[in-house]
Amino acid sequence: MSTRLAKQGRLIDRSKQIDFTFNVKRMTGFAGDSLASALLANDQMMMGRSFKYHRPRGVVASGAEEPNALMQLGTGDRYEPNQRATTTELFSGLTAASQNHWPSLEFDVLAINNKLTRFLTAGFYYKMFIHPRPFWKHVYEPIIRKSAGLGAAPDAELKDADTYEHFYFFADVLVVGGGVAGLQAAKAAAASGAKVLVLEQNAHWGGRAPVDGGTIDGDTPEAWVQNTLAELRGMDNVTLRDRCMGAGVYDHGYALGYERLTDHAPGQGGPRHRLWRIRAKQIVTATGAIERPLSFAGNDVPGVMLAAAMRDYVVNWGVTPGQKVVVATNNDDAYRTALALHDAGVEVVRVVDARDTGGGPLMEMVREKGIRVELGRAIARVKDGPRVTRVAICAQNGEGGAQEEIEADAVAMSGGWSPVVHLWSHCGGKLIWDKDHAFFRPDAPRPPLGDTGEGFVIAAGAANGPLGLGAVLQDAAAAGTRAAEAAGFAPQTVAASAGVAEDESPMQPVWLMPAKADITLRMKTWLDYQNDVKVSDVQQAAREGFESVEHTKRYTTLGMATDQGKLSNINGLAILADSLGAEIPQVGTTTFRPPYHPISMGAIGGEARGEIFQPVRKTPIYDWNDANGADWEPVGQWRRPFAYLRSGESRHEAVSREVKNTRENLGVLDASTLGKIIVKGPDAGRFLDMMYTNMMSTLKVGKCRYGLMCSENGFLMDDGVVARIDDDTWLCHTTTGGAERIHGHMEEWLQCEWWDWKVYVANVTEQYAQIAGVGPNARKVLEKLNTQAGGGMDLSKEALPFMDWRAGQIGGFDARAFRISFSGELSYEIAVAASEGQAFWDALMAAGQEFGVMPYGTETLHILRAEKGFIMIGDETDGTVIPQDLGLNWALSKKKDDYLGKRAHLRSHMADPDRWQLVGLETTDGSVLPDGAYALGNGINANGQKNMIGRVTSTYYSATLERGIAMGLVKHGPKRMGEVLEFPGTDGKVYTARIIDAVVYDKEGEKQNV
Amino acid sequence: MLILECPYCGVKAEETELSAGGEAHLTRFGPGSDDDQFHDYLFMRENPKGVHFERWRHANGCGKWFHAARCTTSLEVFGTYAAQTTEPPQEIKDKITAKRPGWSWREFSDASE
Amino acid sequence: MRWSMTKKGKSRMSNPVTAINGAQFAGMATVKDAGLQGMITLRGDLGSKPLMAAVKAATGADVPDRGRISRVADGAVAWMSPDELMLLVPYEVAQIKTAELAQALKGEHALAANVSDARAFFSVSGHGAREVLAKIAPVDFSCENFAAGDFRRSRTAQVAAAFWLEEDDSFRLVWFRSVGAYMFGLLSAAAHPKSQVGVY
Repeated sequence: MSTRLAKQGRLIDRSKQIDFTFNVKRMTGFAGDSLASALLANDQMMMGRSFKYHRPRGVVASGAEEPNALMQLGTGDRYEPNQRATTTELFSGLTAASQNHWPSLEFDVLAINNKLTRFLTAGFYYKMFIHPRPFWKHVYEPIIRKSAGLGAAPDAELKDADTYEHFYFFADVLVVGGGVAGLQAAKAAAASGAKVLVLEQNAHWGGRAPVDGGTIDGDTPEAWVQNTLAELRGMDNVTLRDRCMGAGVYDHGYALGYERLTDHAPGQGGPRHRLWRIRAKQIVTATGAIERPLSFAGNDVPGVMLAAAMRDYVVNWGVTPGQKVVVATNNDDAYRTALALHDAGVEVVRVVDARDTGGGPLMEMVREKGIRVELGRAIARVKDGPRVTRVAICAQNGEGGAQEEIEADAVAMSGGWSPVVHLWSHCGGKLIWDKDHAFFRPDAPRPPLGDTGEGFVIAAGAANGPLGLGAVLQDAAAAGTRAAEAAGFAPQTVAASAGVAEDESPMQPVWLMPAKADITLRMKTWLDYQNDVKVSDVQQAAREGFESVEHTKRYTTLGMATDQGKLSNINGLAILADSLGAEIPQVGTTTFRPPYHPISMGAIGGEARGEIFQPVRKTPIYDWNDANGADWEPVGQWRRPFAYLRSGESRHEAVSREVKNTRENLGVLDASTLGKIIVKGPDAGRFLDMMYTNMMSTLKVGKCRYGLMCSENGFLMDDGVVARIDDDTWLCHTTTGGAERIHGHMEEWLQCEWWDWKVYVANVTEQYAQIAGVGPNARKVLEKLNTQAGGGMDLSKEALPFMDWRAGQIGGFDARAFRISFSGELSYEIAVAASEGQAFWDALMAAGQEFGVMPYGTETLHILRAEKGFIMIGDETDGTVIPQDLGLNWALSKKKDDYLGKRAHLRSHMADPDRWQLVGLETTDGSVLPDGAYALGNGINANGQKNMIGRVTSTYYSATLERGIAMGLVKHGPKRMGEVLEFPGTDGKVYTARIIDAVVYDKEGEKQNV
Repeated sequence: MLILECPYCGVKAEETELSAGGEAHLTRFGPGSDDDQFHDYLFMRENPKGVHFERWRHANGCGKWFHAARCTTSLEVFGTYAAQTTEPPQEIKDKITAKRPGWSWREFSDASE
Repeated sequence: MRWSMTKKGKSRMSNPVTAINGAQFAGMATVKDAGLQGMITLRGDLGSKPLMAAVKAATGADVPDRGRISRVADGAVAWMSPDELMLLVPYEVAQIKTAELAQALKGEHALAANVSDARAFFSVSGHGAREVLAKIAPVDFSCENFAAGDFRRSRTAQVAAAFWLEEDDSFRLVWFRSVGAYMFGLLSAAAHPKSQVGVY
């Protein structure tokens, strides 16, 4: 059984008992426990079931590399699936549940899959579910979706109770990893004065060293770690962060740190995770190494564990996974586990060393304890079951015959170590195969390159290859010094601390145990625990022609689970290489991609959620609009009232009321969102003549002109009214969404093409609240405001005629009044300072009472302009429409040699007489055409589809005319007046509409020019 | 995520402060140009593996356009310079030559060849 | 958490109001509506004598170096780009000063525009101010790198911003007026009292 030991446990505080639940069962642990160590202390060896075969699985590792012990943590709005028990710190009230089982962990219906392993081999899904085709959607997919996947998804209706944030940080040297290598490297780098940031993913510093033993500078590693931490904390140029994982390394020294602030103490307030967005001149990856499993049959039975992980459980948390342990190894390090277990009073029944010659001093120490060590031997198989019970031993160099069975309840295995090269590799650092240690390690001459073309990542310590304590510290000190120097600091050579540990004999690569294991064994020999990939699967993939490692990965799913193959990659590569008769370096590795370990979506999103998910732009009248029935419509990031709903009113009723009232009395529009750009300078007129298709340089001061803007390839991009302010100043109005875009467009041409032209532009969109008073009573209400204020600008037709503008005072407000109309009515657009916008609006509404004033929204704006046949950018245009399509040839100056789009309009397709052109459309029955509906032509096209000859671009119910009105683009449209077209709707109905003139209201323009 | 130094501000701006503007040093063809010239001006772009010249705007910053010479494979930045020029400054060309002898890009190339 | 709303701004005929009308939040730093502030965009040749003289006359401050803001008692001048300055003057005189600048620069190629009402203007003060900003802007806010008088335009979360540091270690931040409410929400979230990072 797994149980808490009487002694050991450097990370736990036995005086602080902590209650938690696992699968509704109440359990207790100690402060400092991980969820995994606490479960082991409660004899909960089985922690989940596997993904595909639903085999019982126990914890294998003690850190982020854990593939099996995935948990569903928390409940309700703090529920989260797929969390590793090994990286979850225990806290009071923690609730955990295991995954992938039904109905219970102990009894699982789908464990039948385990009996079907012969059929569920690599590629099974691809082969099985392809026929018959219709079955996929209706039969296979629903079943697979139900049985596959890891933990259950959180309730979509609940909002995450926690908050998250980002934090930008700049360092000269970023050190990832707070083990002895990371601390040594940080110390060396910091000595030069460089600003150093050190990230440690765990809550404790020092990495493996305090567990593995030896001495540093004559003291225990633990003491050295504490002293070094104290020293680093005392330095102003060093920042240390624990519970903060270096998640990824990206271009030009960008790196992400994933800080878990309250995972160990939920609900205490403040952000749960913080994503550090780090820019470092140099990055030292001191990420250590991860032990590899051994590939023998039954290596996934709960109780089989990585040797170093078992040592961690004993030393760090005072927990033993078993009482009778078999140690299997191909290297010396696993002997440390045998010693640790023995020291803790746990019986080590056998050490099985695959090497014929065995190990060095560590092996001798084990033998001196009276532990039986067998050389050249292997584990043939571990008996299947929910727990290790019996282990069969055989010769390593055989097929698995002549087995000796021994009783044991746990197995510690070590297949050697692999440097954690992920962060080195994320941004292109290359690897080299180290034959002596049978691992890939960073190839220092080929690092990831930064913006200067020089390397910006240096691997240090075990992550760089050296595994012995002394070599690790020396490598790390050199790395730290080199990083500081590369970051531009005069290097201060810091003597590496002297690490002393037992000498180790060479390891011997063992990719399969026993070496010639037969197929029955190989089919029970797991490579990838989380995705249930076995040795036989990879061999089968190779046989079926999947020779590329990337293909094998995808075919077998090796390394594709949430652990991204941290344990399985090298073992899988070795099996593949062997199957292909190739060397491992020739087969190569799959690509390492960030993040190193899954990070929360919350951390990625940061603060952007709820009210601040994205910026909402508000006009000065926003609050009033909101309080007065605004039915908000997003227009880019702006919010504009679609209509103002009165109590009990439908949208349609509100819009009809607003349309009628504006035509008959007085409508008021918050038009503040319209872009306003000042263009000034001696060359401003010349510049605007290039920007607009019309002639703007000849516009008289005090006058307004409607203008079109085309892109260089001729397409309409914006429109608006331009007013000439003075001799060398123009004010350009843009569409609501267009202000920043058009401002940028102007700047681009001024900076990049005509940089010798003397023109300055300024975007003053938000300086003004712009309010349109529209309708027959528009002049009356403004004149009343002036009367109330005791004077103001002359608003008469004579003083301020249509398409003129004036500056002055209206109702006591400094204002500009533009006599422009997008509705066909008498209309004044009044611009006042944004800070006074609400006050002016209030004054207008009050004064307008007697004239029947009502605010109107964007839908009414649209209807009013459509009745007049005015186009709207984004409705009549879609990036493929040119002014000629819209009958706007009058706005294309013939006098100008050049303007943006002019040359493009000469291209053959632009001049094509078959282009669809703007017309009005009138349904034969008065109904409203569906938006975007296409007009049916004759015949079919090359794809067998019906030919289309036009489409609806704008369509509304006109309250003025009491019927549907529409505009559309139709092939040869203007020549087909009176023709009736068919428009099939998506509702199955076919609408018929007659081609008419687009202007259906006040064709002569008498109403606006009064 | 790239960093480019804005030649106007002197700020080492990260990519989120910038907006990319495509190929640099295009020659505008307007009315009077033939169809091929205009077509090439509008649509034909370099897609090199190696040395490249691009336009960037310090959009979340001073708002100015500038040029960047960089390597599309290693992402090494050879230099940034003001947009008000029709060709890369000699200093930039020299920098590229030092790192990528024999380089060429459109009509520009290693002058030492 | 503390929220308060107060009316700001001197009483004029129409009582101008800021985008967030005096809102305040106190957490690990204090986020405040900095009130109505006169701001003038001035574009021109920053090295020309008439421009330098006009700037000095309007604000009392000199044209600053690149990346800096130069300040005097009642005014300031910030470096926005190689051909653009932002002049800070009392709100009440912004319109007049803009006209004076235009007059003083008549004949020069320059553009002066009153943008006082186009802005949302905040202060972030207190010990946590640097960290609050470092949560939303990709800028090095360490003391070595960002000192009093430093001025920077960048991105804060999803919108463009300009900000500088005052002598009293408080920041001033300028945005477009329309995003004032968004920025107040953003800064308040970043200034959550239990979100100190502990590095500055």
